[in-house]
Amino acid sequence: MQCQECGKRPATLHYTKIINGEKTQFHLCEVCAQEKGEQIPGLETGFSIHHLLSGLLNLDSQAPDDQPPEMAARQKGLRCPTCGLTYNQFSKIGRFGCSDCYRAFGDRLDPLFRRVHGNTAHRGKVPQRTGGQLKIRREVERLQSELSRRIQNEEFEEAARLRDRIRALQEKLEG
Amino acid sequence: MSLSRFIQRALSEWMRGKGPQSEIVISSRVRIARNLAGMPFPMLATSSQSADVVRRVEEVLRQGDVHPALKGAEMIRMDDLSELEKRVLVEKHLISPQLAEESRYGAVVLSENEAVSIMINEEDHLRIQCLFPGFQPQEAWKLADELDDWFENRLSYAFNEKKGYLTSCPTNVGTGIRASVMVHLPALAMIQQLNRLFPAITQVGLAVRGIYGEGSEALGNLYQVSNQVTLGQREEEIIDKLQGVVRQMIQHEQNARTRLKETSLTQLEDRVHRSFGILSTARVISSKEAMERLSDLRLGIDMGLLTGISANVMNELMVMTQPGFLQQYAHMRLDADERDIRRAVLIRERLSAEEG
Repeated sequence: MQCQECGKRPATLHYTKIINGEKTQFHLCEVCAQEKGEQIPGLETGFSIHHLLSGLLNLDSQAPDDQPPEMAARQKGLRCPTCGLTYNQFSKIGRFGCSDCYRAFGDRLDPLFRRVHGNTAHRGKVPQRTGGQLKIRREVERLQSELSRRIQNEEFEEAARLRDRIRALQEKLEG
Repeated sequence: MSLSRFIQRALSEWMRGKGPQSEIVISSRVRIARNLAGMPFPMLATSSQSADVVRRVEEVLRQGDVHPALKGAEMIRMDDLSELEKRVLVEKHLISPQLAEESRYGAVVLSENEAVSIMINEEDHLRIQCLFPGFQPQEAWKLADELDDWFENRLSYAFNEKKGYLTSCPTNVGTGIRASVMVHLPALAMIQQLNRLFPAITQVGLAVRGIYGEGSEALGNLYQVSNQVTLGQREEEIIDKLQGVVRQMIQHEQNARTRLKETSLTQLEDRVHRSFGILSTARVISSKEAMERLSDLRLGIDMGLLTGISANVMNELMVMTQPGFLQQYAHMRLDADERDIRRAVLIRERLSAEEG
């Protein structure tokens, strides 16, 4: 069943509201339910990390000198083309809908990453099978810092060997 | 079922209590979050997409060349478990409450010794978790890393050059790694040094929280130390930092134990033996009191003040006296008062099994 509010995402919250004896049935997705301010069991219990995050994001958008208001308004209207999550919804929920949200919201997310992680760029592991090019570039970077260390220590034989390996890897990247 | 048979079947590897520095460190865990490429995260996935994630993981596990750590592993669907069974898995730290209660098409892959548990359709498609006894964060990371490679060779992950492994929550992006160590710090608690130690730990980007109990109260003097940052640091740096900080905590705790022994040996012995007396004779005991007494007992064993009892009694009992386990053992629903009685019985039986 689709969500009756957005008609796009699957409905995961089903409930009946009785107001003045009148029953109304609701079938909503998590995102629209949160927007409507409905309580989702479990999500609302205690102190949620997602609330804390949305606090950080909203703090960002409230900063008056941050950027011209018309630009902020445009970013509020940002929407992930793949899953349909808007930036506005993301800033309320504090969770992404799919991996394309990262691209859709782009640099707008960096202040958040800086606050949470102190960084904006990944330096860790790279997938073995699909990470090919990036893996080689990381290896080149590693060898280059090793190379300058060897040169400083005047270990020229080892440095020459490293230089050759770097060259071979760089050719592989270009070829 | 006899208690010993029940224990045999109930114990995960980490609860058996062996492992480096196990007199202070209970367990080490590494969890990595991964998502499959081209599939919405569980929060927004349709039922058929979520079912597909489970099916794809099941398929790769069924192929012949399974990773050695996953030999004999079993996939368990949350929909096939009773509330009580799910609760027991949560109490054993094998699945999260979120997977048990909120997931759609949630499942877990459990290795035979329960050192590996892979949650499917929790907040992310995959949560690969390795849980080792004692102080072994490097070993846990090494296995998680290998399993990650094994899966990545068979499934395509959501990955982006700038942001690394993409996760549902921005707090996990990058490496997707959460490494944590569970420590028992009774001596530091007794000399009231924890409130000086903890702020220092949070300043270096690690988090400390009590394992049991609500809010600031930490029952049984058990704490979990874990990394907060997942983006911008290499996995090895994250593990090294955690390991370095915990090593210092171990040193502080050891110093505190030595000081207590030098300055107040009799009072310490009295406390340990009183707790032993209560645990081995009580007829009704709350979970709060049980945790506190078990912590005393464990300290007494680790400091050589109490002999003839194995150190893993605390690891076992702190899990087995939780509500889910007690009800599982009793084969029936129990209210809080009944649980306090059953808890006392279980502890007495377990301790008398040690003496016999």
